[in-house]
Amino acid sequence: MNELIGKAILKRYSLQITSKILLSTLLFLIAFSVSARGIYQTDKDFLAEAFDNNVPKSQVIWMKGDVSKKVADILGHRYAGLRIRYWQDEQRSAWVLEEIGKTEPINFGIVIADNKVEWVKVLAFRESRGDEIRYPAFTKQFKEAELTEDQLDRHIDSISGATLSVRAMTKVVRLALYLAKNN
Amino acid sequence: MIFKRTMLAASLMAAVSAAQAAAPTNEEIWQKLQQIQDQLSNVQQQNKLLKAENDGLKLQVDSNEKLAKDATEAAEAVAIATEEAVSNVSLLGDKTSIGGYGELHYNNLDDQNGSSDKDEIDFHRFVLFFGHEFNDDLRFFSELEVEHAVVEGGAGAVELEQAYLQYDLNENNTVTAGLFLVPVGILNETHEPPTFYGTERNPVEKNIIPSTWWEGGLMASGEITEGFSYDVAVTSGLKTDVGTNYKIRKGRGQVAQATAKDPAYTARLKWTGVPGLELAATIQYQQDIAQGQDSSVDSGTLFETHAVFERGGFGLRALYATWNLDGDGPKSVGADEQTGWYVEPSYKFSDNFGIFARYNEWDNQAGNSTDTEYGQIDLGINWWPHKDVVVKLDYQDQDVPKGKTELDGINVGLGYQF
Repeated sequence: MNELIGKAILKRYSLQITSKILLSTLLFLIAFSVSARGIYQTDKDFLAEAFDNNVPKSQVIWMKGDVSKKVADILGHRYAGLRIRYWQDEQRSAWVLEEIGKTEPINFGIVIADNKVEWVKVLAFRESRGDEIRYPAFTKQFKEAELTEDQLDRHIDSISGATLSVRAMTKVVRLALYLAKNN
Repeated sequence: MIFKRTMLAASLMAAVSAAQAAAPTNEEIWQKLQQIQDQLSNVQQQNKLLKAENDGLKLQVDSNEKLAKDATEAAEAVAIATEEAVSNVSLLGDKTSIGGYGELHYNNLDDQNGSSDKDEIDFHRFVLFFGHEFNDDLRFFSELEVEHAVVEGGAGAVELEQAYLQYDLNENNTVTAGLFLVPVGILNETHEPPTFYGTERNPVEKNIIPSTWWEGGLMASGEITEGFSYDVAVTSGLKTDVGTNYKIRKGRGQVAQATAKDPAYTARLKWTGVPGLELAATIQYQQDIAQGQDSSVDSGTLFETHAVFERGGFGLRALYATWNLDGDGPKSVGADEQTGWYVEPSYKFSDNFGIFARYNEWDNQAGNSTDTEYGQIDLGINWWPHKDVVVKLDYQDQDVPKGKTELDGINVGLGYQF
């Protein structure tokens, strides 16, 4: 009998300890976590970085005729706008494009030089899963990527739980490469 | 010499007389001057006219330039207005989302040890997702499922597998409350048909984890550092029963008026820092894994770990899970340890076609020395005509304890997601 009571007391005590440990771990993690979702870089800052603070005047590509059709082919749906804006100087062009991951739009910044990707950045992320794609370990896969027959010249390794975000990024990079090439 | 001088004199005289003959009279000179003056006035007049014309043209050019500028501004304004109008319209329907997945199965399996053959065609799952964004930080998500097509008089079930509210505490952390999938395993949270190989879900996760496993409660999730995420949950727990030899899968209460005397504590750490690789480990502790209904059962602890690797077309999944059930009850039937593991290499030849092989082992009575271990080998292909649609064909070969149903044969599956 005493053994049973002893066991019960021990159980309750260990339960309390477990809960306390979990709670403090949680608070610790919340306090020291790094940024995960939101706006990582504004369009303005991205362009300033791309052109070393010497941002050229923007130009537009109108979505009409063949261009509109090709863009729809690449994205898998019609482009939700009349024009695509871009910035270009002698060496490079910069594109700010938006594409839906699973249900939310993701903002991407792409810099292209010599018809190859110079670098890609996730500017804003709003989904509840998949934000790991913003890390350099992931985006560096796109460095020097170019188009071979409208497809990327390489396979992009995905991250579990981020498949749709990866797809969105790949589509948008292809689009930027295509527009830069045919402009 | 004299001859030359004469010639010279003669030509000089001829020239002078010729000139004298052409020299105009004063009258003629005066007339010529008048002519030239008239011509000059003409030219001056014409010049004036040209200047006037030129000024007129300049004005026109300026006016045209202004028209062109106005037209461009108007076009720009129309473009902006149209884009805004379009985005406003799409925003209206944006907040609520619908999705789903489903799978049709055909099984042609022969029982090697008896007559419990499985020759079936079954719409195994029809699932609908409904989600709604209240605002940027607060959302609702749900999963409603119909299993085996018909519920009344059939083998089917209507299940609410997920229904939760999720709130972003800050940019790094999220709180989830309601009915949600337990953060464990590979398939438990991601099991849409195009996302895995094999018509049926693998028997290890099914019998040991036990997938698909959902509970009701509260969960905190977030990112600790680059690629490192956590999930911590307090939820309803399993209720194992002596009638089923404390088989862990039979202990799922599914939040259907489930006995909630004993909560379960779950914690998972996941690393996805490198593209193509996921490593995770989950532990769960439940103080009384029979919810106080069986005094011979005490606590239950789960440990699960897995790796998912993808590089180019090559894929590899490996998972290990083990339950430890305390108490004389489970121990007496060897259910104090329930363990399983599998390894699944795969290769995708293209975006549309892949093959896989899987070796599975599991035992729901691993604690005793009798042979109660199951094994299964699967070999098969997946064909994706579209990234969201899949056709599966696989062959399975089981290895079972003596006298148990041993199902070997083929499975064909059709699945979709949207």
